[in-house]
Amino acid sequence: MENKVIITVVGKDTVGIIARICTYLAGSGVNVLDITQTIVQGFFNMMMIVDIEKASKNFGEIQKDLEALGDEIGVQVKAQKEEIFEKMHRL
Amino acid sequence: MVNIKEVIETNKMVEEQTLDVRTITIGISLLECIDADLKLVNEKVYNRITTVAKDLDKVAKEIERDYGIPIVNRRISVTPIALVGAAACKCPADFVSLAHTLDKAAEAVGANLIGGYSALVSKGMTTADEMLIRSIPQALCETSRVCSSVNLASTKTGINMDAVRLMGDILLQVADRSKDRDSVDCMKLVVFCNAPDDNPFMAGAFHGVTEADAIINVGVSGPGVVKKALEQVRGESFEVLCETIKKTAFKVTRVGQLVAQEASKRLGIPFGIIDLSLAPTPAVGDSVADILCEIGLEYAGAPGTTAALAMLNDQVKKGGVMASSYVGGLSGAFIPVSEDQGMINSVEAGAITLEKLEAMTCVCSVGLDMIAIPGDTPATTIAGMIADEMALGMVNQKTTAARLIPVIGKGVGDTVEFGGLFGYAPIMPVNKFSCADFVNRQGRIPAPIHSFKN
Repeated sequence: MENKVIITVVGKDTVGIIARICTYLAGSGVNVLDITQTIVQGFFNMMMIVDIEKASKNFGEIQKDLEALGDEIGVQVKAQKEEIFEKMHRL
Repeated sequence: MVNIKEVIETNKMVEEQTLDVRTITIGISLLECIDADLKLVNEKVYNRITTVAKDLDKVAKEIERDYGIPIVNRRISVTPIALVGAAACKCPADFVSLAHTLDKAAEAVGANLIGGYSALVSKGMTTADEMLIRSIPQALCETSRVCSSVNLASTKTGINMDAVRLMGDILLQVADRSKDRDSVDCMKLVVFCNAPDDNPFMAGAFHGVTEADAIINVGVSGPGVVKKALEQVRGESFEVLCETIKKTAFKVTRVGQLVAQEASKRLGIPFGIIDLSLAPTPAVGDSVADILCEIGLEYAGAPGTTAALAMLNDQVKKGGVMASSYVGGLSGAFIPVSEDQGMINSVEAGAITLEKLEAMTCVCSVGLDMIAIPGDTPATTIAGMIADEMALGMVNQKTTAARLIPVIGKGVGDTVEFGGLFGYAPIMPVNKFSCADFVNRQGRIPAPIHSFKN
């Protein structure tokens, strides 16, 4: 549980968002457990649940890299540890 | 596993509804620093605070980063300084030297504020208590992060009217010393009835003598989240309304619980309590008054306000206690005037008066909070207002407080600007009739009887 991270991507839909993020994750040894996507009020919303246990970088670096990648693509990419969502929405 | 709807909901709370953790407050016992040599006390106090809280800012930043939740303040509360300095301080100026030490220590560890420049005098004042109280104007004027509080009354002891009268004077002195800045230092001074030992919120935080060596207390916030949730149930029954508030309070409190547990783990300091208070800021949408309006009032202060606030406060607690096993501090809805844009709007519309605010403090924490009054209000009248607020707490067995700001040189119709999180406030009119003969009586008001409740 400690190693699970939620990555959220919000922004205008465009070609290759998932591909570029997954390429980065694969290159950093991050394992993708689940992907969901939806359109909310015209915006592309994606959530990935990933496991960083065997990642070659630490959480802080992954977070910064993803943010920078998001800026490049033109979407907002956030990485947060899973507990905040678990705690808030589960008894 | 969490789903995308839940993730979006949580992130919207932070990004659009100003959900944050208002403060991580480390409570530090300074009892071990007591010594008869003032220089040594100052050294020990500085070393103790800067050792225990050295990682406070770093850990708060890590938690913010890991979970994507802003933590607005890092704070420290310490053992009431009247106790810590009693053996060493021979005059008010000696206590002021301790205030400087607290200020420096807070700055060194990146704490926004440090509370505990305090005296507990609900039944009587020791010589040291009185010296500390008399040193408050100088201490608050010469420091920037030190907050002061005085417990003047309790349900078990009654109201110490000698101390109430003294605080009326002291408050005007504090106001006078900062008169070129709209008497802003009064924000750092609060008086209590039934002050809690584990309050993480300023200006009233101190580390009670019933507490352990060090403890983590966390204050959550989230008026904006409650307001947004209530927008979805307009016109629904009270049952639906209450359910919605409870569920929202649960979610908000769980965030606080997570942050508190993480901070406790990473700092190696035991977790104390979560304070469930709905704490507003002047940011648009972060207002308790707006929640009252959403519940169905044209303005906070309209008839029905006390009932609506009582219900809101109760539901917040009911939702919150399910989310954390250790709830403490003040835990209720704060109704400061200057820090709440909706409340400021009410004052400006003439919808709310000091008397209505006083009634509202009967059903929620914490009291007459951040209320600007004319600078020419007599000390006895201020003492009378304080005494009224103390009586509410004493009789109703709850915490009440008063944080009044007599703005020197300004009167009704003027506005004062406090800046940042503290907002601005229109000066409110105060009842002009005298209570001097009442306040000038010596001694204390006895504790109330605890039977024959009416």
